[in-house]
Amino acid sequence: MSEAATRLIVGPFNRVEGDLEVRLEMEDGVVTAAFVNATLFRGFERILEGRDPSDALVIAPRICGICSVSQSHAAALALAGVMGIAPARNGQIAANITLATENLADHLTHFHLFFMPDFARGPYRDRPWFDRAEARFAALRGASVRPMMQTRALLLHVMGLIAGHWPHTLAIQPGGFSRGVDARDKIKLLAILSGVRAALEERLFGTALERVAALADPEELSAWRMHGPEGDFRLFLEIAADLHLETLGRAYDRFLCYGAYPGGGADGAPLYPSGLFAHGLEHPLDLEAIAEDHTYARMENRGLMHPPFMGSTSPDGADEQGYSWCKAPRLSNEPCETGALARQVMDGQPLVRALVARAGGNVFSRVIARLLEVARVLIQMETWTKALEPGAPWCVPAGTIGTGRAVGLTEAARGALGHWLRVENGRIAGYQIIAPTTWNFSPRDARGLPGPLERALIGAPVQSGETTPVSVQHIVRSFDPCMACTVH
Amino acid sequence: MVYNVLWLQSGGCGGCTMSMLAAEAPDLLTTLEGAGIRFLWHPSLSEATGAEARAIFDDILAGRLPLDAFCVEGALLRGPNGTGKFHILAGTGEPAVDWARRLAAIARHVVAVGTCAAYGGVTAASPNLLDACGLAYEGFYPGGALGASFRSRSGLPVVNIAGCPTHPNWVTETLMLLAAESLSEDDLDPLGRPRFYADHLVHHGCTRNEYYEYKASAREPSDLGCMMEHMGCIGTQAHADCNTRAWNGEGSCTRGGYACIHCTAPEFEEPGHLFLETPKIAGIPVGLPTDMPKAWFVALSSLAKAATPERLARNATSDHVLIPPVTRVPRRS
Ligand code: SF4
Ligand code: SF4
Repeated sequence: MSEAATRLIVGPFNRVEGDLEVRLEMEDGVVTAAFVNATLFRGFERILEGRDPSDALVIAPRICGICSVSQSHAAALALAGVMGIAPARNGQIAANITLATENLADHLTHFHLFFMPDFARGPYRDRPWFDRAEARFAALRGASVRPMMQTRALLLHVMGLIAGHWPHTLAIQPGGFSRGVDARDKIKLLAILSGVRAALEERLFGTALERVAALADPEELSAWRMHGPEGDFRLFLEIAADLHLETLGRAYDRFLCYGAYPGGGADGAPLYPSGLFAHGLEHPLDLEAIAEDHTYARMENRGLMHPPFMGSTSPDGADEQGYSWCKAPRLSNEPCETGALARQVMDGQPLVRALVARAGGNVFSRVIARLLEVARVLIQMETWTKALEPGAPWCVPAGTIGTGRAVGLTEAARGALGHWLRVENGRIAGYQIIAPTTWNFSPRDARGLPGPLERALIGAPVQSGETTPVSVQHIVRSFDPCMACTVH
Repeated sequence: MVYNVLWLQSGGCGGCTMSMLAAEAPDLLTTLEGAGIRFLWHPSLSEATGAEARAIFDDILAGRLPLDAFCVEGALLRGPNGTGKFHILAGTGEPAVDWARRLAAIARHVVAVGTCAAYGGVTAASPNLLDACGLAYEGFYPGGALGASFRSRSGLPVVNIAGCPTHPNWVTETLMLLAAESLSEDDLDPLGRPRFYADHLVHHGCTRNEYYEYKASAREPSDLGCMMEHMGCIGTQAHADCNTRAWNGEGSCTRGGYACIHCTAPEFEEPGHLFLETPKIAGIPVGLPTDMPKAWFVALSSLAKAATPERLARNATSDHVLIPPVTRVPRRS
């Protein structure tokens, strides 16, 4: 790259879910500013307005085909909140299993189909690991791609068995779950999970999930890289060390988690707690401090912050100031990063805590957190499945909805998802959705503060002649973005 | 012979792609390879990104790369005010709907993957701020982004693989049939859907058929009974083979315990009533099986109700079998 400042527009950005364009400003071979543009608007919040609240169970999941269950979960939780009901215990566990299945499928898709193929490409031809990376991860043909797709399809049999199909199941209800699980179903679920476990232990990790879940500090990770079991995981560690992925893509190190898998942990707590992790400390989550800023979104009502119960979604098609259809959510006026890394940090997973203490949220720690979560969640799914109680209730009757408001908070694979529902006289009066990638890929706000990805891209190296800088691709994909959700 | 496919996504959720990735026996990649189907570019699967992807589009438009099937997933967005700016194809500065029109004009086959691309789908639900439509339909009516008279180079109209989402094999089998020149206009139903799955009803093979016969009905989610009377199921009218072709191993909507909402139909997103509740007039469901006279339905169902075995009546409102079918052991002679 020459001395002069340069601009670059990167897109279509593929191997992310949906439509993304990134405008880069560069100087002396590094990115100095980035502007992230979600180029598609869909307007589900407006589609939901005026409908019967129960229709949200059908409409909301269709925001996104990659995390439709999390959308459905958030909608069901918001509805249950307005109805003032709590799901039947069996139903709650079955919903967690369904959500975990989706999140796991997502992590596998992300790692093998979206993220790793970049290391099997031209710019890395000279690296010592290139031949192995190409053999395993080349898009469409790598040796790990096909078996992973088979494993993912097997995992999704969980959906076929209890949730009808995926995506867009309607099984998650405000009162629980639409299908009871009997003793045979339980055994079959365990059989499916053991098949998935076997496949992951064979190719991805090369060893028992428990060993992965127990990883506790960066030294163990280095040891794994040097003489750990052969597998995709170890190859990733080798690539990451060689390319210094730990120095790439750091954002604000403010991590947001809404709490994942309600009732899925010990004593009725969620499996992963909610909260904000910032400055190396846990903070309780203050929902009232969440608001969206429209200054650089192509949305009307610019002048004020929008707390979601009072938010609006009025696209401004003639707008020149806005550069994205994505709004800018802020917690106490600050941008936040969300995702598997945020969940694992909030949960105090020691390895992830140590990685974040050392170098913050970056390309490496995001991927490590995701892979650790694969192991941890699969183990948990086995436990949940065993806890299902055939014969006990699956769904409590729905309550009536007159007027009221509630928020449904859950965690998609890529982070914190919230549905803020307002009902008046039995109709949806307001429905505001803040999706994980809306947090991560938010545009600037009134203060001019870049969103997390925009911040993470600053400093990314650009090689001479690159039209789609590969470092930028790693950083973008490390968040596992879903643009369909972002702009819902 | 290689069959070249270009796949673009516009106003949709990506769910049809996500569903397709779960194709099985054999898996997606094996299936496509075996049929000689190659993706020139697919947003989730391909290596090429940014400028490299744009170069592929240029090669196709310039005729340097032959385009056999142009697949679109997601509705086409014409708004605001006919500009198409609600979806600019990233990196190109041009509306996706314009790209779709240009690419459709040169493709041998044009395929709408999913109800959004076929008819508009949920993306086009009211108030439809986006002015969303399908490739060649706007809800039930021909038109859409390409116009009612559109024919691809092969002479076929747009093939509408409707479904929200699509079953993986509806997509792979359609592409395989097209690649093998084995799909003619006669193989499409009046709404452009491949008849191999659209000439079936979801009701066929539903595990709740016995409950249906006796109008032994579910009242709450997780009940075992037929969901037609109270829970909004329109499987008796819905065109799809969901209950004879398993989803994700052994699933379907009704097997998952919830209503079929006829997601393969135009305008399924606006049923005019609650999705999960059956609209009734004087206690009789409004949406009766399409080819059954109402009087007969009423007469038969009251008769059936009167004859409902205790087993079905009780099981219908339970989440598990309370009364098993009787086991008769013949007496030894
Ligand atoms: S649940 Fe629906 S598809 Fe099944 S038998 Fe009843 S009406 Fe038919
Ligand atoms: S059962 Fe009905 S709603 Fe479900 S996928 Fe099939 S056609 Fe669509």
